[in-house]
Amino acid sequence: MAVLPDGRYVDDAPYDENIDASAAERPDMDAPNWLLIWRRFRRHKLALISGLFLLVSYLMLPVTGFVAPYTPNERHADHLYAPPQGIRLFNNGKFIGPHVLPITATADLENYRWRYSADKTHPMKLEFFCRRGSYNLFGLIPTDLHLICAPAGATIFLLGSDRLGRDVFSRIVYGAQLSLTVGVIGITVSFALGIFFGSIAGYFGGRTDWLIQRTIEILRSLPELPLWLALSAAVPSHWGPVTVFFIISIILGILDWPGLARAVRSKFLSLREEEYVRAAEMMGAKPARIIGRHLLPNFSSHLIASAMLSIPAMILGETALSFLGLGLRAPAVSWGVMLNDAQNLAAIEIYPWTASPMVMIIVVVLAFNFLGDGLRDSLDPYKS
Amino acid sequence: MTAFLEVKNLTIGFKAPEPTIDAVSFSLEKGETLAIVGESGSGKTLSCRAILGILPKTAQIRSGQILTNQQGKQVDILTLGERDFRAIRGDCISMIFQEPMRSLSPLHKVGHQVAEVLELHRNCSKQQIKQDVLATFKRVGFPDPERAYAAYPFEMSGGMLQRAMIAMAMIAKPDLLIADEPTTALDVTTQAQILGLIKDLQAETGMAVILVTHDLGVVANMADRVVVMNKGRVMERGCANLVLSTPVHPYTQKLFAAAPVIPETAEFVAPPPHDDLILDMQNISKTFQARSASPMQSATLIKAVCDVNLKLARGKTLAVVGESGSGKSTCARIALGAELPDVGGRVTFCAGTGETPIEVHSLNRADRAAFQKQAQMVFQDPFSSLSPRMQIIDTLTEPLDIHGLDTKAERRNRACEVLELVGLDGSMLRRYPHAFSGGQRQRLSIARALTLDPKLLVCDEPTSALDVSVQDQILDLLEEIRDARGLSYLFISHDLAVVSRIADEVAVMRQGRVVEQAPPCTLFANPKHPYTRALIAAQPEPDINRPIDLNIVALGAGASSTWTEEFRFDGNDIPPLTELEPGHMVRCHG
Repeated sequence: MAVLPDGRYVDDAPYDENIDASAAERPDMDAPNWLLIWRRFRRHKLALISGLFLLVSYLMLPVTGFVAPYTPNERHADHLYAPPQGIRLFNNGKFIGPHVLPITATADLENYRWRYSADKTHPMKLEFFCRRGSYNLFGLIPTDLHLICAPAGATIFLLGSDRLGRDVFSRIVYGAQLSLTVGVIGITVSFALGIFFGSIAGYFGGRTDWLIQRTIEILRSLPELPLWLALSAAVPSHWGPVTVFFIISIILGILDWPGLARAVRSKFLSLREEEYVRAAEMMGAKPARIIGRHLLPNFSSHLIASAMLSIPAMILGETALSFLGLGLRAPAVSWGVMLNDAQNLAAIEIYPWTASPMVMIIVVVLAFNFLGDGLRDSLDPYKS
Repeated sequence: MTAFLEVKNLTIGFKAPEPTIDAVSFSLEKGETLAIVGESGSGKTLSCRAILGILPKTAQIRSGQILTNQQGKQVDILTLGERDFRAIRGDCISMIFQEPMRSLSPLHKVGHQVAEVLELHRNCSKQQIKQDVLATFKRVGFPDPERAYAAYPFEMSGGMLQRAMIAMAMIAKPDLLIADEPTTALDVTTQAQILGLIKDLQAETGMAVILVTHDLGVVANMADRVVVMNKGRVMERGCANLVLSTPVHPYTQKLFAAAPVIPETAEFVAPPPHDDLILDMQNISKTFQARSASPMQSATLIKAVCDVNLKLARGKTLAVVGESGSGKSTCARIALGAELPDVGGRVTFCAGTGETPIEVHSLNRADRAAFQKQAQMVFQDPFSSLSPRMQIIDTLTEPLDIHGLDTKAERRNRACEVLELVGLDGSMLRRYPHAFSGGQRQRLSIARALTLDPKLLVCDEPTSALDVSVQDQILDLLEEIRDARGLSYLFISHDLAVVSRIADEVAVMRQGRVVEQAPPCTLFANPKHPYTRALIAAQPEPDINRPIDLNIVALGAGASSTWTEEFRFDGNDIPPLTELEPGHMVRCHG
């Protein structure tokens, strides 16, 4: 502290006048955009966990056959509506490793339902990396290797079995293959359309914009569910389940793009005023280049976030259609198809595990929402 | 005797261990004006907000006291609870913000917003409150207080809104008024009037004022005491006349050296000869169509630019000066062919001495590409002129890429070359713009414009978003490059002081018309037009002996129909641009 005789205060800390002209002013910002986003996203615990969960779920899709103990349409006529079985480690207080107890069914003719009793005296050890029903690994390589199977004479129904004695857990795992990808395919279609129409409307404005806006309004005014129903009902019934699946996802995508196109358009309108866009125009850049190199990269992160938030709608859409019997049909397995089997209220009351795909749907939809929220919050890395 | 407000060793930090504001102290008596001067990021706004208790949520006050005298008792503001604080805010201490357009709620009438202060702090009838508000409106200079009371914010201009903000801050007769850059968003003539108003009100009520600003000229006009801040520390603190006349700290000295000044006297320089022109704009007008209020009426026509003739000699700088809405930026866009002038206007560009001039607005695709290589633009806002998703090298080589020039390695070398030219080094190439400061980004923006080796640069307010010291460096850089490369500049600015150092010829615009045009020496030594005089008079000088003369400002800054007979715009009767002496043209009746 230095006070001059005239009452002035002057800071006496050393002061360096020369500044390195090329040094970064904000070293914490000295990273590519994705890294800055990741740094912020990492702090969002719920979104991070959701992201990991979804990542694991999607990575599991090509190897479902290996994870599931049974193939989806394998029937156990002796075990209709079997309740969930736990994997046990101790028998009579003694550790004997992972095992299951064999169950036997008796018909309760008074209440008209199946009752199961476990035989505690015969614990049966589970087998690992065992060979059972055959399936195609990655959809290509035929194999019959499973991670876990029940020994002969016993069953392993982790989430019980359904009306026809099929393992609900295995079917949920197989159902994920269709239910989770329907969203991704649908969103791809919807994005391609939405970005294309949104960007030309936003960039060129005028008559093009007017035309696209009115088309969007017309599409938006159509009642959604009846339209889905009509379009799905139009799919010929002799087509294979996989074809139907693709058609369904594309239908979902075609009806979803207007919302996205509007978001893209409004973002374009604001980004178009940025000076770097004007600079590119002054340099002589063509519209395609300006859209592709300047506008799209600068809101790709917003696009990803809105994709994350739209996928759940697609998954729910597929589920709703299949539940109503107009989407996927057996023998295809999806969560909606499984719920279609559980339409009977009495069955759900007595055998509640048949509705367990619902839990999966809720979990996945929530995970996508958390992930989307987390992404949206971390997308603007320039704010400190 | 204790001071009215005393800030002692205030230290505020965010997440990082280093404090953002480090041991700041200052004190203030009633009736005094304290100016806190500093560049962006110096912590001047944060220290003021601490006094009002409106810090951002993540800020932590690490140490210090803010003592005020409340009815003879000393109170430490920092220890007050939220409820006690509310009683002080607006009543004892009030604040004016930088952007009047954003500080009033667009959904409420201005009068009601001002009245709210009294409703919160005084127990009086609605009638009484309205009378008070009207009286205050009259005091802050609304010609028709009743109308202002019932107006919505969007109906008013920036200057009028700032008056309303001042009325809101003053109505409870506070002991302390904090004005955070109250005039930065305003035109220079409006700034002069607002500063005059604050001064008058202070003399009347005897309140203390804390004025936060980056402009040393404003300080010289307003302050009794000065605090100079840099990077969260007080560099120098003391009486205004001492600090302003003999700055001691090197940082203060640097600030003063960098502040642009209109020269009081300058030797006469002949206007640049108009025989070798690089850019010639003839009879340029631009009419915009505004959508009319009702579908029945035809569209309203707005004349943004009206009959402008500008000639830019090769290797020289022509500056176009005017306030917001004067049409200067439209001129720049027309010059580059980004906007089409009305029929009759003609812009010709001549790349080299003796070459045939080309018409900018009737080019085929190949010629247009060639023209774009010769003429480039530097933008105002360094934060929006670089794409945040592109590495510096991609931004710099993009013009080459667009025009399909050079190989990859050559482009890289070219990028290094222009970086060096603007005083930066090659280590930046692989980084992203968000790590860099405004000044560095503006250098990058200039570098990008230079990549194609143009002959003409159009600079649209290239320094108005920058700090004073950075502005000084950028102007140096622009001068250096012009002389080294023989560039010609069309320089758009609202700041006469900036223009005075870089321009060879200045055109002053008002309402889309050039009102006076001359070389800077002639213009500043012998301004003829009342509007030019007002602009020069309103320019705050960092010299305590040259206060703003509000009378001259008032004469010229008003509507063009209030100018004296000679210069008056009377409906469609506009005086012609008359050459009074060689190279000095004034819009007046000869």
